[in-house]
Amino acid sequence: MSDYVELSNLTKTYPTPKGPAVIVKDFNLRIKKGEFVTLIGHSGCGKSTVLSMLAGLNEITDGGIILAGKELAGPGPDRGIVFQSPCLLPWMTAFENVMLGVEQVFFTASKEERRQIVEYYLTVVGLGDAMHKKPAELSQGMRQRVGIARAFALKPKMLLLDEPFGMLDSLTRYELQQVLIELWRKNKITALMVTHDVDEALFLSDRVICMTDGPEAEVGDILEVNFPRPRERKAVMEHPDYYKFREHLIEFLEIHAHKKHAKPAAPTAVPPGPPPSPVSPSKLSTLDSDQIGKPLKSETAPV
Amino acid sequence: MKSFKCDWLILPLLGALIVILGWHVLAGKKVVTKDAEGNVASEERKGAIPALPNVVETWESSKPYIVEPFAKRGELDQGILRFTWLSLVLVAKGYLIALVIGTPLGFMIGLSKFFTKMTDPIIQVLRPVSPLAWLPLGMVLFLDAGRNASELAALFTIAVCSMWPTVLNTAVGVRAIPQDYLNVAKVLKLSRFKTLTKVMIPATLPYMFTGFRLSLGIAWLVIVAAEMLTGRPGVGGFLWQQYNALIYEQIILCILTIGIVGFILDRLMSVVERRFKTA
Repeated sequence: MSDYVELSNLTKTYPTPKGPAVIVKDFNLRIKKGEFVTLIGHSGCGKSTVLSMLAGLNEITDGGIILAGKELAGPGPDRGIVFQSPCLLPWMTAFENVMLGVEQVFFTASKEERRQIVEYYLTVVGLGDAMHKKPAELSQGMRQRVGIARAFALKPKMLLLDEPFGMLDSLTRYELQQVLIELWRKNKITALMVTHDVDEALFLSDRVICMTDGPEAEVGDILEVNFPRPRERKAVMEHPDYYKFREHLIEFLEIHAHKKHAKPAAPTAVPPGPPPSPVSPSKLSTLDSDQIGKPLKSETAPV
Repeated sequence: MKSFKCDWLILPLLGALIVILGWHVLAGKKVVTKDAEGNVASEERKGAIPALPNVVETWESSKPYIVEPFAKRGELDQGILRFTWLSLVLVAKGYLIALVIGTPLGFMIGLSKFFTKMTDPIIQVLRPVSPLAWLPLGMVLFLDAGRNASELAALFTIAVCSMWPTVLNTAVGVRAIPQDYLNVAKVLKLSRFKTLTKVMIPATLPYMFTGFRLSLGIAWLVIVAAEMLTGRPGVGGFLWQQYNALIYEQIILCILTIGIVGFILDRLMSVVERRFKTA
C-alpha cells in the first residue's frame, strides 16, 4: 500500500542565546493508510514535538509533512487529536464539547444529523448516560472518553494520540485502550500515538518506532508488531512473541537511559535484538511504576 | 480563641456595640440650664466633641427619614430609601457605561502586546486620579448640555473612575486563558467569532466578574462626590445639604446608609462572581 503520511527530514530547533537548540533532527517516517504507529522514547526525547508538528500546533523548522497527498500547513480538524489531558472546555457539557467540533466539520449536515453523530460517538465510548454532564462532574477516565469521542466524531484523516492514557490509573487505562482499539478497528483511521508505556505500544500498534534521546532525536529502531487483529488483551499477552518484543523495547529504552545518565562512558555493548537474559532488577527502575509488579518473567517468555 | 455557639452573630454585634458606645461617650450632649421660674436660661453642648451628635439625637433626628423611607417632601427632603434609589439609578447608569467601554478595552489589551504597551502608561496615570478631579472636567465637557449637564458630568465621572478594575482584570483574564483551550480552537479551526464567544469569553468570565465587583465598589464610592458637587438629589447630595444646613445628625445617617448599601452590593456581586468561578 502506498504511503499515506510522509514525514521527511522533519527538524525542530528552538533559538537560544547559545545558538539554536536542535530538538528533533532529520526525522523520517512513512505511515501507510490505516496503520497504527507508535512513537516510544524517554520523556523529553522529542516524540511529542514530532506529534505536535504533525498536529500543526508547533511550527516546523525544516523538512515537511505530507498527509494524503497534500503538504500540511497549520492545524485543522482533518487530524483528530487526543491530548494527554482531555482539554475539554469546562463550561460546556460533554455533548457540547463534541458538538463544537462536529459543527465545524459537518457544517452541511442538518442539526438532527449532527446530534446523531455526537450521540453515537459518546455512546460508543460508554458515555450514553453522562453526555449532558459538565467535565467537572466526570471522572478523569470519563473525560478522556469524551476526548476520544471528539477525535473520532470529526471523521479525521488521521488520529494523533499524545500519551492519551498517561494520566489514568492502570485499570481505567486498560479499559480505554480497549475502547480505542475497537473504535479504531471500526473506523480504520491512520493513527500515530506517542507513549512511554511499552505494553500500551505493543497492544495497540502495527509498528513501534523507538526514538533516540534528544537533543537531535531521530528514529532509532523500528519494530513490526504482527499480532493478529482484532486484538484482545489476553491473547496478545499470551502470544509467543509478546515478551520477546517487550524485552526488545525495554532493552532499547534501557540503553538510551544509560547513555543519557553516563554520557562520556561508552554504552555497554548490548546487541540489538531480543536479548536472552531475564529482566534484571535494575531495569525495573527505568520502567513506569505501573509496570512494576506485572509478571515480567513468565512461562511463555521466550528463551 | 475558641469558637462558641452563635459566635458569628454575637461577636459582630459586640463589636458594633463597642463602637456605638464609644461614639456616644465622645459625642456632645445638649445641657439646658433653667432659672428659678423654669424658663430656659441657656442652652449649650458639652462633651469631648461637642458638635458631634450623640446616638439618641441621631436617632431622633433621622426618624422621619427612616420611618417613611419613600416619602417625598421636597427635592432635597426625601425618605432615605428614596434617596438611595436615586443614587443607585445614577450609579447603575455610570457603571454600565464603564462596563461597556471597559470590557472590550480590557480584551484588546489582553490580546495584543502592542496595545498593552501603548495604553499601559495612560492607564497607570489616569487610574489614581480622584473623582473630585474628574468632575469639574465632566462639567466642562458637557457645558452645552444645559439641564442634563450635571447628570452627564456625574455619569462621566463614575464611568471614568470605576472602569479600571474591569479593564485590568479582563486583560489579565485574557492573558491567563490556558493554551490548551486555544489549541482546541485552533485544531477545530473555529472562526474568530466562535473562538471569541465559545472559548475566550467563557474562559475570561471569572476574571471579568472580579473586575466587575471591584468596579461596582468604586462606582458607589464616587457617587457621593459626584452628588455633592453637582447638588443632585441622592444620598450624597442630601449629606452635603444637611452639612450646609448644620443638621449634623443626618450626616451620620447618610454615612451609615452608604456603607450598608455598598456592603450589600459587594455581597451580591460576590455571589454572582462565585457562580462563575466554579463554572
